[in-house]
Amino acid sequence: MIKQEFTITIFSENRIGILNQIVSVFTRRHINIESLTSSESAIEGIHKLTIVVFSNREEVEILARQIEKSIDVLKAYSFSHDEIVYQEIALYKVPTAKLFKGNEIEKLVRRYGARILEMTADYTIIEKTGHKGETQELFDKLDPYGVTQFTRSGRVAINKMKKEPLIDYLKNLAKNGLNTNIQ
Amino acid sequence: MKESKKQPVMMTGSQAVMESLLNEGVDLMFGYPGGAIMPVYDALYSIQDKLHHVLVRHEQGAVHAAQGYARVTGKVGVCLVTSGPGATNTVTGIADADIDSTPVVVISGQVGSSLLGSDAFQETDIVGITQPVTKWNYQITRAEEIPRAIARAFYIAKSGRPGPVLLDITKDAQFGMLEYTYEPVTSIRSYTPCPPVEPAQIEEASKLINLAKKPMALVGQGVLIAGAEKELLEFLEKTDIPAAQTLLGQSALPSDHRLSIGRLGMHGNYGPNIKTNDCDLIIALGMRFDDRVTADTKNYAIKAKIIHMDIDPAEINKIIHADAPVLGNLKDSLPMLTARVNKNDHSEWLEEFRACDRIENERLIKRELFPEKPELKVAEVVRRVSEAYNDDAIMVTDVGQHQMTAWRYFRFKRSRSVVTSGGLGTMGFGLPASIGAKLGKPDRPVCLFVGDGGFQMTIQELGTINQSKVPVKIILINNNFLGMVRQWQELFFDYRYASTELINPDFQTIARGYNIPAIKVTERKNLDKAIEKMVNSEGPFLLEVAVEKEGNVFPMVPAGASVADIRLE
Ligand SMILES: Cc1ncc(C[n+]2csc(CCOP(=O)(O)OP(=O)(O)O)c2C)c(N)n1
Repeated sequence: MIKQEFTITIFSENRIGILNQIVSVFTRRHINIESLTSSESAIEGIHKLTIVVFSNREEVEILARQIEKSIDVLKAYSFSHDEIVYQEIALYKVPTAKLFKGNEIEKLVRRYGARILEMTADYTIIEKTGHKGETQELFDKLDPYGVTQFTRSGRVAINKMKKEPLIDYLKNLAKNGLNTNIQ
Repeated sequence: MKESKKQPVMMTGSQAVMESLLNEGVDLMFGYPGGAIMPVYDALYSIQDKLHHVLVRHEQGAVHAAQGYARVTGKVGVCLVTSGPGATNTVTGIADADIDSTPVVVISGQVGSSLLGSDAFQETDIVGITQPVTKWNYQITRAEEIPRAIARAFYIAKSGRPGPVLLDITKDAQFGMLEYTYEPVTSIRSYTPCPPVEPAQIEEASKLINLAKKPMALVGQGVLIAGAEKELLEFLEKTDIPAAQTLLGQSALPSDHRLSIGRLGMHGNYGPNIKTNDCDLIIALGMRFDDRVTADTKNYAIKAKIIHMDIDPAEINKIIHADAPVLGNLKDSLPMLTARVNKNDHSEWLEEFRACDRIENERLIKRELFPEKPELKVAEVVRRVSEAYNDDAIMVTDVGQHQMTAWRYFRFKRSRSVVTSGGLGTMGFGLPASIGAKLGKPDRPVCLFVGDGGFQMTIQELGTINQSKVPVKIILINNNFLGMVRQWQELFFDYRYASTELINPDFQTIARGYNIPAIKVTERKNLDKAIEKMVNSEGPFLLEVAVEKEGNVFPMVPAGASVADIRLE
């Protein structure tokens, strides 16, 4: 079966070891994680992880169920790229001197919808959000001018569903008289 | 569970461990002391009359014993071990309990919290090591966390699909003071132990059942765990559906039940294997389509629709695609299904299994049970022992040829009568597991079948049997070989017996050294008398049987083949 990019979003308790538990589901099946971000979700006290893998629908569904087996995971959802809106952020460091040799860099910044984040006598930091292909393209364009550092974040993603499905999960717990607090 | 105490009492973390265990109704545990768990052992000293501790000879044995106890009682087995090597010695047992869904709580001591991560004496990251093989694990670094963590541990270990939990308690948490109150845990927001049964799924499944001409039920351990034996019988008897059992599902229905068609899997029975590719519907009940059951999945159940009923959503579509999944506890879902399905008669279809049984009987079972050669065969030993206990003993096995043969020829009347290492196939499981099984069900005879290889993996537990006076009956099947591996060498590696022949010690002398009466049988004519002696003995007993050296277990589905390619010889 052909593989494509899938984004798995995971809601969990913010506990020591949770990342280890989640990652081991991928390790066991010899699946490489393309990117991973982790931070507090919109719901207070609940952590959100976003993991990108190359896989197929059947396999990511199995992965999501395996991840949910972890006691501290509330829910895991898998999405193909057209089921979500997502962004990544990239930072580029170039010598400021290069900026003043013609206006090529400034043009690139404008054309790629990037912005200058910080400028000192020595270096300039450029920031761009976008998909990996886009941030890569800007890097390829900037590199001839001497990019001294380049870094890319993992993915943040919002699904296209009407509501965050986790809210329904929590509501359901409450409806059935179950605990909805962290323990 | 006892009423939780409402008035807080000041005590140490170690005392809180003991109080919490008592609150969970624990009256027996298995363990081995050492530096980092000494405060807890000290707290145990004053309550030994209420909480009996069995001192094992190796921590692996503690976990297997707890597993044996859990499997026959359905209760949580408990272990207590020290840090470092004590904790790492439990890993095989924990992994075994994990893959066989056995509720076990392992409590390990840990170095003081200020030393964590510093490579202190006997420090290991046991939480990290056991993470992939526990249902949940947790490190306790403060005394006040203890009651809550233990309550969570028991709730998680026994609810839903059971499994092992490890609690690692630092020494300072054991010494620290807390205000003790106990509140059992009954729900955790991030954990759904048992998804509610959806009527639509029942509807879908019942439609398939009502249409099926050649349906077959696959009974797994889930039926036993759910305690749904009665519900299973009601379902089978109304629908008249033939039922096969997995290794761990064995004893969910009595061996002589009309609808019982025998065992599934690599060394299972002829009928249920070849008929898998003939049936038009499979109803999988609390089983997980292990590769020892399915063999080649591409050529498995090729004509059948699949109904998969399980409590664990992660099992659905994991191996075999389910046309109609039914999530939930079988105790709830089976009666709902029984109410929706038509009463039926599948006697013609059942007759096809009987015909297979006759073939298996003619070509295989007869020569196994009534051999013409003078060498003793494992099957005849197993059957005689089973009969000597009126087909109503608890059977514990180790791993190998004798395991498969014991499973094939022992017979059962009651549920929860099989204790064996299924998913992990852990040699060395049998002897300690039999100790736990006997202590869990003191009123029932416990027969352990063990090979001469596996026996020597945990043979030191004879010391536990001696010290704790555990009357298990050990049937040592001695073929002077690592038999199962030798069989594969014979069949698939051209008789190249690389490191499978065993030069053994005198097991009779060893048993006597441990104060255990022993007898050795080398000839058929002495077998019955020896078994009689074992049955009539009060305490533990070792019956060693020298069997044919190069016997093979058949039927067999060769590795990589389809279930339909099962070989009878
Ligand atoms: C801990 C462990 N190591 C190795 C194996 C591989 N193995 C499976 S069966 C077997 C042979 C068992 O020999 P024995 O205990 O004498 O029993 P028999 O097969 O002869 O009945 C071996 C080595 C295993 N299952 N477990």
